[in-house]
Amino acid sequence: MIDPGFFLEIIPKLLAGLPLTLELAGTSVLLGFGLALVLALAQQGERTYAVLPIRIFVAIFRGTPLLVQIFLIYYGLGQFRPALQSVGLWWLFREPYWCAIIALTLNTGAYGSEILRGAIRNVPRGLSEAALALGLNRFRTMRLVVLPLALRQALPAYSNEIILMVKGTSLASIITLTEVTGIAQELISQTYRAIEVFIAAGAIYLILNFLIVRGLTLLEARLTPYRQR
Amino acid sequence: MLLEAAGVTLLLSVLGFFLGAVFGGLAAAGRLYSSKVPRGLASVYGTVFRGVPDLLSIYLFYYGGSIALTSIARLFGSQGFVGLPTLATGILTIGFISGAYQSEVYRGAYLAIDKGQFDAAKALALTRLQTLRLVIVPQLLRHAIPGLGNVWQLVLKDSALISVIGLVELMRQAQIGAGSTREPFLFYCAAAALYFAIAGLTDLVFNRAEANASRGIAHR
Repeated sequence: MIDPGFFLEIIPKLLAGLPLTLELAGTSVLLGFGLALVLALAQQGERTYAVLPIRIFVAIFRGTPLLVQIFLIYYGLGQFRPALQSVGLWWLFREPYWCAIIALTLNTGAYGSEILRGAIRNVPRGLSEAALALGLNRFRTMRLVVLPLALRQALPAYSNEIILMVKGTSLASIITLTEVTGIAQELISQTYRAIEVFIAAGAIYLILNFLIVRGLTLLEARLTPYRQR
Repeated sequence: MLLEAAGVTLLLSVLGFFLGAVFGGLAAAGRLYSSKVPRGLASVYGTVFRGVPDLLSIYLFYYGGSIALTSIARLFGSQGFVGLPTLATGILTIGFISGAYQSEVYRGAYLAIDKGQFDAAKALALTRLQTLRLVIVPQLLRHAIPGLGNVWQLVLKDSALISVIGLVELMRQAQIGAGSTREPFLFYCAAAALYFAIAGLTDLVFNRAEANASRGIAHR
């Protein structure tokens, strides 16, 4: 029933989608991390005019499906084509590629900012008080004392978020990008062999996620040498 | 029109979530079992459905199910492609995916129960079934509720993906509306607002359940 020749035929086809999957995940995770950091830090000041809009942004992006966000950006903003053209941003929202990256970045930025905010809050207060007592200003306390500790603490939770993003890139196939899941769907409807295609495409994702988890565990071990036995 | 579709989303999510509780409970029991076969099966199930994009799992169930059904129909002399009923497929798929997540929640909750509880139940001469029903499950649920709340939020958002197999739930209805009125921004904003409202309201339910399950427990 299971035919090895068929796997040899579909695996290269599926792997052709891997660079796009990696590109979407890599770009949005990096940009999203930058956004998350900015949002988390901006909330440290506790000024309502900065905190409130961020809380609303985070709540919206965490409370609605990623697919709705992608559609809203790709199809929804397409409705404002003349306006976007006049401000010279139409090239960005015309391309499904950039729309997917924008949606994924905003989404992971919202989730990531909550992870980082929690990690910053969990840094013991005594440490930042000690830094202030040493005469460091607030900015340097954050940069030299609080952030290094917080980022290290946040790593396990953040690796979950990265895995979610890798899985999230599959939604880009719905707006016509042919990454791994998009190719898998085409192959299934051409060959009618859903189980084999699922196994092959699923294996690609599982191996990819395994490598990411492994890499981040190694990074965590490097950053916390005192915890090693 | 969108409200009616939101009802379908809610139905799909709730039934999928409860089906997932059955799969998740079985898988958690398998993981905690002493013999190797159920442990291996349950852990493969959990790893695969948590590690693979949910969209891919949806394609597996939809196309896989339809292909199986078509070949069965062939045996009875039917021609052509037989599609699966989309609501049933959606519930089954969500049940399978959320079951993988729920199994982790139940396993963690079981392991969080104090070992002394089992000894105490034995000392009271409760049978295994009585121990499970009267002692373990109530405490397990208390530990599991926060985790289940997270899985529920995930299920609700995943239900939007079921739109790709053509079930007219909230997301699909918004697409239809956007297509016929050429007002995609309006429709997707409305859909987002409805998802947001459902997520917020159901979150309150879980908070109430959590407070109810942990009454009489000292808070730190």
